[in-house]
Amino acid sequence: MTKYLLKRLVMVVITIWIVITITFALMHSVPGNPFATENKNIPPIVYENLLKKYGLDKPYSEQYVMYLKNIIRGDFGDSMKSDTETVNEMIGRGFPVSARLGVQALLIALIFGPALGAIAALFQNKGPDYIAMIISIIGVSVPSFLLGAFLIQFIASNIEWIPIGGWGEFRHTILPSFALALMPLAQTARLMRSSMLEILGQDYIKTARSKGISKTAVIIKHAVRNAILPIVSILGTTVSNLLVGSFVIEKIFGIPGLGMFFTTSVFNRDYTLIMGVTVFYAIILVTALLVVDIAYMLVDPRIRLTKEGR
Amino acid sequence: MKLDVTYNDEMFQKAPDELRDSEQIRRPSIKYWADVWRRLKQNKLAMTGLILLIIMGIMSIIGTRINGFKYFEQDYSQINVRPNSEYWFGTDELGRDLFSRIWLGARYSLIIGIAAAFIDFGIGVLYGGIAGMSSHRIDAIMMRIAEVIYSIPYMLVVVLLSVVFSTAGAGTSMFVLIFAMTITGWVPMANLVRGQVLQLKESEYSLASESLGASDRWILRKHIIPNALGPILVNVTLTIPRAIFSEATLSFMGLGLQPPKPSLGTLANDGLAGMQVGLFYQILIPAVFISLIMFSFNVLGDGLRDALDPRLRK
Repeated sequence: MTKYLLKRLVMVVITIWIVITITFALMHSVPGNPFATENKNIPPIVYENLLKKYGLDKPYSEQYVMYLKNIIRGDFGDSMKSDTETVNEMIGRGFPVSARLGVQALLIALIFGPALGAIAALFQNKGPDYIAMIISIIGVSVPSFLLGAFLIQFIASNIEWIPIGGWGEFRHTILPSFALALMPLAQTARLMRSSMLEILGQDYIKTARSKGISKTAVIIKHAVRNAILPIVSILGTTVSNLLVGSFVIEKIFGIPGLGMFFTTSVFNRDYTLIMGVTVFYAIILVTALLVVDIAYMLVDPRIRLTKEGR
Repeated sequence: MKLDVTYNDEMFQKAPDELRDSEQIRRPSIKYWADVWRRLKQNKLAMTGLILLIIMGIMSIIGTRINGFKYFEQDYSQINVRPNSEYWFGTDELGRDLFSRIWLGARYSLIIGIAAAFIDFGIGVLYGGIAGMSSHRIDAIMMRIAEVIYSIPYMLVVVLLSVVFSTAGAGTSMFVLIFAMTITGWVPMANLVRGQVLQLKESEYSLASESLGASDRWILRKHIIPNALGPILVNVTLTIPRAIFSEATLSFMGLGLQPPKPSLGTLANDGLAGMQVGLFYQILIPAVFISLIMFSFNVLGDGLRDALDPRLRK
């Protein structure tokens, strides 16, 4: 177990290092630099000072080492387009907003998704099953940004209490959370349905029933608890899907989260901000994947055994 | 006890010729893929998806020429016209005909999706196949590399590449979009192929073939590839909507194709602006087509998986 964890930890570090290197290489392969392209009429002395300030006058290798060192210290540098805030401050401002949105969406998906899937499996090929399947087909077919636009058009425009965008109170989070949650909800519902169907056909379910345990107790204690395992295994992917979804959802609803910073930084070509947010996202995601894997091992002893066996 | 049987010639008569035919296979044997097709045909949802895809595929080729308007033609006297008998899907804020633009957009979306899926397929089959057929050590190294590549957040790389290879505000070329999407996209396919190869290599019929003196290449060609083809095909079908979805998301972030070329994602992005001034059809129409394409590929992929998996046969 410890050996496996150590191995995974090393992999995490390698992955983050690769992301940093790729990001650095890509951002520095762009011809010119952000100051050359925009302000053609700045005095040469100011231009040189700007280059010096961001360390752009040094050779790439030196810049790379500097950048790595700074990241290890947790410093993503200054934003190239904003004079008042550093990249760290922007991430510090945007991340709590995105995290709240993401956690709310994840909760919606993880409560309703498995419930919907379980109900569909219990009523296989009957009304509730069809309704659940229609919802899940819509969920995987309609991209979240379109759903967001529709929610604004039909719900926010008609109900006074629900705003069409912005951030601040709980009511601002309702629509974006749902728009973000629908796709993972649909995916977990589908997965839950098929794994429930498989488990309901198992012998131990029949054994439990024949011992006189009530149907509800068998479903909750035997079926659902086992069927939920595959959902734990896709949680990592779900988290990264939520992240991608948040880029566009935050844009539509005008939410000042990390995704919005990322999209605007991409649009403004604010290279330090792009690099900072990318590396930050990568760290969050890779850590999330690791946590999910560990959780999965703790939940399912069979996995623990096979992983140790390797 | 003594058996008291007397044999005579009457007991040994020549069997009539008709009886000899009973061993013959009367009906034509159904080949594997014909069987798959037969089962797929019974799946109404999957067939709906297939038919929709065929229609949309044909329309994406000929649809731009049907109503006589060109996708780039701007007519300032016909700005933001709602759908009517002349402009079937209406016009946009530059007076361009949306019907032609939708089908051109569908063409680009489909090309990007299919091309990305096939590149993933090519790299994945090669990489996974080599890993599966190699020694345990090489296999382990190759799979570690793939694991690291896959844990690099895919969308971040796509966004970064689009930023690097596009000039500010002008959008991204189709080639870069496809390239960006395949960088990490091939890994699931490689994993799948490797798993299949490892499993099939250990199967009894491969062992039988090997013990009869067949070469590795023969086993690969005759046993492993034909049997692994089914799951691979399902994976390809489900990769296409993923690529189309990524492209739509990128376009929505303003990193899509260069104007005036539209993809369904850029059309939806343009439509968002229209929606905010009350022109809901401008986002509704591209949204419906993106969703229809995603829906069709998803149900077709699911249907194929059910049709290919003998364990689900009823």
